[in-house]
Amino acid sequence: MENLRARLQKIPPLWWQAGLLVLAVLLPLPLNDYYRAVLWRTGIYAILGLSLNIIVGYAGLFQLGHAAFYALGAYTSALLNLHFHIPLVLTWPISILVAAFFGYLISRPILHLRGDYLCIVTIAFGEVVRLALVNNIFGITGGANGLSGIDQTVLFGLTLRTPLHHYYLVLFFLVLTLFAVRRLENSRLGRAWMYVREDETAAEAMGVDTTWAKLLAFVLGSGWAGLAGALYVARIPVVSPDLARFIESVVMFCIVVLGGTGSIPGVFVGTLGMITLPEIFRFLKTWRDAWMGVAMVAMMIARPEGLWPSRRIRMEIREKE
Amino acid sequence: MQQLLQQLINGITIGSFYALVALGYTMVYGVLKLINFAHGDLFMWGAYIGLTGLSALVALMSRGGPILILPVSIIVIVTIALVGVLIERVAYRPLRSAGRLAPVISALGAAFILESLARNIYGASWKTYPTGLVPAGRVALVGGVRISVMQVLVLVVSFLLMALLYLFVYRTRIGTAMRAVSLDHEVSRLMGIDVDGIIATVFLIGPGLGGLAGMIVALYYGSFDFTLGWIFGLKAFISAILGGIGNIPGAMLGGMILGIIETLGAGYVSPQWKDVIAYAILILILIFRPTGLLGERVAEKL
Repeated sequence: MENLRARLQKIPPLWWQAGLLVLAVLLPLPLNDYYRAVLWRTGIYAILGLSLNIIVGYAGLFQLGHAAFYALGAYTSALLNLHFHIPLVLTWPISILVAAFFGYLISRPILHLRGDYLCIVTIAFGEVVRLALVNNIFGITGGANGLSGIDQTVLFGLTLRTPLHHYYLVLFFLVLTLFAVRRLENSRLGRAWMYVREDETAAEAMGVDTTWAKLLAFVLGSGWAGLAGALYVARIPVVSPDLARFIESVVMFCIVVLGGTGSIPGVFVGTLGMITLPEIFRFLKTWRDAWMGVAMVAMMIARPEGLWPSRRIRMEIREKE
Repeated sequence: MQQLLQQLINGITIGSFYALVALGYTMVYGVLKLINFAHGDLFMWGAYIGLTGLSALVALMSRGGPILILPVSIIVIVTIALVGVLIERVAYRPLRSAGRLAPVISALGAAFILESLARNIYGASWKTYPTGLVPAGRVALVGGVRISVMQVLVLVVSFLLMALLYLFVYRTRIGTAMRAVSLDHEVSRLMGIDVDGIIATVFLIGPGLGGLAGMIVALYYGSFDFTLGWIFGLKAFISAILGGIGNIPGAMLGGMILGIIETLGAGYVSPQWKDVIAYAILILILIFRPTGLLGERVAEKL
């Protein structure tokens, strides 16, 4: 066993990364459209999980209103397309900017809040966004029914129609996200985030601009959730305030924590557990949530550090025992 | 003026519901520093068990009347309190030393279980309480303001409970131990306090109160569905934060303020936006008083 492990570790990371990518490209081919759509959903939530992981995992800030930014991105893309007939592809950067801007707007005044106070403000903000969408704010969001009649995505002259097309689109952005968060994790900023997470006071004493670091975590994470929202609109031509429901934020939060906070593989494990498996267990119908709850409690008791934790967090939790 | 007073009475009634539920959040937070996300669903279960109990009793006695509420209240309090202790034992106790995130997920998991159980056992449709339990009349107060018998009952019961709880926490030995545990587990243990026992007691009282509040709310509105726990849970949680979480008088104050703001917002601004107003005020209060209205500014431990 040890031998095998040592041998596996000798394989250059580039090899197994390339292998995983090939697998991800080939995986949907033998599946039918339903499972391809499940894979698409998995990809969207993996992007959301990775974006939330910047806020919760790296910077250690409680964010239980992430779905609001997802919804903001989706509505931005939908509204620009419906009112100004901007092709969806061109709305994506704007979705990112709008979500990031709202991320800045909400986080700027509340960054000095700690732990659970921050958590409740983000919940409240998420609910404000959802209710504003439900109440048809400025008369443009279409109320509880949302917006429909959004164009199909046209990418370099190719109209994306099938779930397979959209899966590859999401996969492209997922790989891009992965590349970006990997770079971030090991950057100066990434180290500053983890320092803030472990001990804010010490970080500040060492000259880390903690407000700036936390603000950037919020802005980057929120903006990237906006992109996930835009990608949702690229396939589903209907948006509704349901995108911003609290339960969506809870699912995203669980994706980050179940797999292991601050761990990139952990986000994928969490997405499999919270999105893919429940999709496959649809036959359980109304009992599905109960089983999900049982799994969440059991998982946390068995492995409080998450299923695939980052090395740092695992050592920290083990040390306390 | 008359309308304002009337709105205030309604606001205080709703505020007292929030306060009762907020007490459960704040007490648990005090001893465990954990947001008990399952609390809202325990509250909702109080409404369901009350429904079963009251329906059965009304059918059995073939009559209504407020006297029937008393035995059912006791059943509700005892059942929900036991479920609360069970959840603490199974889902929270093993995670005491596991950082701050793992217990949150465990609490959310427990909430999923409770909600799904309610939905499967009672169904997703709206449930209606038996009528005729509380006389429907209204009492005229000064200046043409009227208060219903139900509101009188709700206010008397909740203020009584809050007063009792206050006395319990601030005047008894167990209450003193509870406050000690909320300050420091280790030192409390050194002082000979049974920390696990105290935490279990908190999980008896908080959910017990919450469950009873669930029944009272369902009686007050007459009907509810399984989303009740989520809506009231969030509002109550906001009340607890508003007053300063971990602070018992704070939870009562926060509940009242939220109830009044919400009713005035619904009456004078727009019923659609009342929740947004409540959340906006919460955000504003936290920006200017980051630890809530009555929360103490505690120096960070280094």
